[in-house]
Amino acid sequence: MKRASKIYTALVMVFLFAPIAILLVFSFNRAKSLSVFSGFSLYWYRELFRDLETLRAVRNTLLLAVSAALISTVMGTAAAVGINRLRSKVLRTAMDSVTNIPMINPDIITGISLMLMFVFVGRLFGAATSLSFWTMLIAHITFCLPYVILQVLPKLQQMDKALPEAAMDLGCTPFRAFLKAELPEIMPGVVTGMIMAFTLSLDDFVISYFTSGNGFQTLPIRIYNMTKKTVTPKMYALATIIFFVILTLLLISNLYDEESVQKRREAKAAKQK
Amino acid sequence: MNRKTRSLIQRMTLTPYSVWAALFIVVPLIFVAYYAFTDSAFHFTFDNIARFFTATSRIDDGESVREVRTYLVIFWRSLKLALVSTFICLLTGYPLAYIMARANKRTQNILLTLIMIPMWMNFLIRTYAWMTILQDTGILNGFLSALHLGRVHIIGTEAAVVIGMVYDYFPYMVLPIYSVMAKLDGKLLEAASDLGCPGLSVLRRVIWPLSLPGVLSGVTMVLIPSISTFYISQKLGNGKFFLIGDAIEGQYVANNLHFAAAIAFILMVILLVCMGLMQKLTNRKIIVA
Repeated sequence: MKRASKIYTALVMVFLFAPIAILLVFSFNRAKSLSVFSGFSLYWYRELFRDLETLRAVRNTLLLAVSAALISTVMGTAAAVGINRLRSKVLRTAMDSVTNIPMINPDIITGISLMLMFVFVGRLFGAATSLSFWTMLIAHITFCLPYVILQVLPKLQQMDKALPEAAMDLGCTPFRAFLKAELPEIMPGVVTGMIMAFTLSLDDFVISYFTSGNGFQTLPIRIYNMTKKTVTPKMYALATIIFFVILTLLLISNLYDEESVQKRREAKAAKQK
Repeated sequence: MNRKTRSLIQRMTLTPYSVWAALFIVVPLIFVAYYAFTDSAFHFTFDNIARFFTATSRIDDGESVREVRTYLVIFWRSLKLALVSTFICLLTGYPLAYIMARANKRTQNILLTLIMIPMWMNFLIRTYAWMTILQDTGILNGFLSALHLGRVHIIGTEAAVVIGMVYDYFPYMVLPIYSVMAKLDGKLLEAASDLGCPGLSVLRRVIWPLSLPGVLSGVTMVLIPSISTFYISQKLGNGKFFLIGDAIEGQYVANNLHFAAAIAFILMVILLVCMGLMQKLTNRKIIVA
């Protein structure tokens, strides 16, 4: 890299990481202030682990994200297989357009639209409040589905179409053919789609905000409610923990990638000999 | 494979998603329109839509009192701030994407990870951290006065909202541009300069046109969330700069669902028209993600 490029990249990184560095530092503040550092302490971490409401929100978020990721991955992968086999151009275009809607629409509109429907249907059945864990799960599956489909479809298109047919000619049932021949081919797309769905669900605030009931709070909604009042470094302690969890996960996945690249290189070298 | 099994597979794989998409993607949008065009007793009315265009409020700026169209002012402000943020993201993100794409594989991966880390942090916390930086008694001013550079007043201005938007959505601009540029054939650039094309012209005539699909999806991915945001403006604008998202959220909190739906409906129509125009102008399909 040229010198100018290095300086420019460094400047951008400073901008990107300045707020993160600040919240890391202030999570260890002894005092309550978020702008004057008065000494090192783990006080706010202790406070965080005493805050049952936040801990429950963490549990809720994980529960929701795992369920949404699993369901949207299964349904989305099946949908991609089906869409890939569509012969009719009109149907294909219709499917693609509908799949695009949640990605192009602003979150606020997706959230409002689902909320309006839930409220309307809830009123029809005479429920005072129809928003709950289930409405949130439906909303999360809905906005995750397109990302799964978009990850799986290209892998299906790259796959040799004769593969599942050959498996069936050799006596596999269609379902077995899918499991044995097709799924291993598209697995990278399925896994990426699932990870995307999981992280999208984990981080979503806007759609959750409109579709959540009073009883069920996810972490982003808990954070929103905390920032309505004066914020203490407790929230920064939470952010710091999240940051290090993410960093660890990224490092593991990077190491894993490098290892697999290394293995592939060795395999290639062995072949050439 | 005989025709029967094929159609069976197709039905089994497509049906769950089709039903789901119809129920939870299409029908909710119809509900937005339904609520937008009805009153609280669900009788048809244009009132909600009309209110968006005609409602007025008084602005007292100390010297004179002016009467303005409340929601039109809010809409133009949202559009202006979103466009400025998108432009800044493009201006700063494009060179970074270029630098990344030209770097060696290892540096590329490191930079990619670094850009994605802030995306994984909760955006509410990131925005809140900016608030503590930009406050009048905040970290930036503490830093400036320690250097005897005076103080700046940023929080509660439009600039603060723009900073928040640029910070939160910057990665969405860099990533799509980078992924297009990384696939660019380096030989193409060499060929251009070998044939006597000066540096800047290579950028203008070769790199820019080829990176246009990435730019388009980057612009869409920054413009849409920043035009509809409501948290950034509340925290960094001190609630003084209402944006279209704040208007929707405010009506939702006040349980004015029909008017909230009307604003959402208008926003959706305007965005659809904009995207249609963008596709027409550039003759390219916008690919998100």
